[in-house]
Amino acid sequence: MSDPRSPLWEVFIRPRAGLEHKHAGSVHATDAHMALEHARDLYTRRGEGVSIWVMRSSEIVASDPAEADALFEPARDKIYRHPTFYDIPEEVKTL
Amino acid sequence: MSEVVPGQGGMTAIGIGLGSLPPDADRAKYVLRLADTSLIVAQQLGAWIGHAPALEEDLGLANIALDFLGQGRRLLTYAGELEGCGRDEDALAFLREPADFVNLALAEQPNGDFAQTLVRQLLLDAWQIELFEALERSRDERLAQIAAKAVKETRYHLRYSGGWVVRLGDGTAASHARTQQALERLWPYTAELFDADPLEEAIAAAGIGPHPAGLAPRWRARIQEVLAEATLALPPPASFRWYGKRGEHNEHLGHLLAQMQILQRTHPGAKW
Repeated sequence: MSDPRSPLWEVFIRPRAGLEHKHAGSVHATDAHMALEHARDLYTRRGEGVSIWVMRSSEIVASDPAEADALFEPARDKIYRHPTFYDIPEEVKTL
Repeated sequence: MSEVVPGQGGMTAIGIGLGSLPPDADRAKYVLRLADTSLIVAQQLGAWIGHAPALEEDLGLANIALDFLGQGRRLLTYAGELEGCGRDEDALAFLREPADFVNLALAEQPNGDFAQTLVRQLLLDAWQIELFEALERSRDERLAQIAAKAVKETRYHLRYSGGWVVRLGDGTAASHARTQQALERLWPYTAELFDADPLEEAIAAAGIGPHPAGLAPRWRARIQEVLAEATLALPPPASFRWYGKRGEHNEHLGHLLAQMQILQRTHPGAKW
């Protein structure tokens, strides 16, 4: 399935109006039109979505797992960045 | 293909029919034609499962097959009720002989290669769009409801088949040649879509369904638009007429039904 004529596309589905698009999976397709149809046929069969985004997988720039320590380790001990040191008033439910 | 009679527009025929609805027997026959076409196409597309060029197409064709099956079931059930002989959707689907089927001959043409299947679907989808849009305004409420649901499905079917015919026609030299060949092979069977017989004249006059000839101009325009983009040539007018809707079938339907009906024929009344 690594046919260059049928490259990989990443699929993002918005489950309901107001929610954000979430990564659902990927499809092979020769063009954007076909990628949308394949995404519709594979990932919205059970009414999962109201909107679809597709993008060429090759357009994604990803972080290198080998650099995970350098990228993410420094944030681990900075718990003060979480807003957990405030008293939330009872009335505020959705913060 | 160009024998469209001016003033017999299907759209205008709907809703202006006067007098009472035609007898249930006529409506049963008319609805059965629509039902059989959907049922046969569903069975044809189902045969692609496991054989399509890619997993994505397997699922795409299966989704479309299920839409056609749903249409077929609703229409068969309604045809059975109108007929009033106690036959349900299963009896009509599984216990009729090939000669009793009244689907369009186009629907039973073999899947052939991928191009032939998609050309057949394009020709049928573009026809169903016009048909269902007209039937949405039928004086028969049940038929209008079935059409209202089906027309949304059909818009997607047309998008799918049209997209593929463009891709194949405007693809490689090999895909272009095979798609053009499929178009020329199937084209003669499209004449039947627009040739009215006395049953359809009566149905149109009563405002139950569109006059077949009235669907031709928009169908033709839609097909020409796709073919132009696909760099395919419009075939010459049909050199013969074949009327599946009057029960004329070739051997393809017999094979298809043998496969579809074998379980009920071998084990009558069997249930899952």
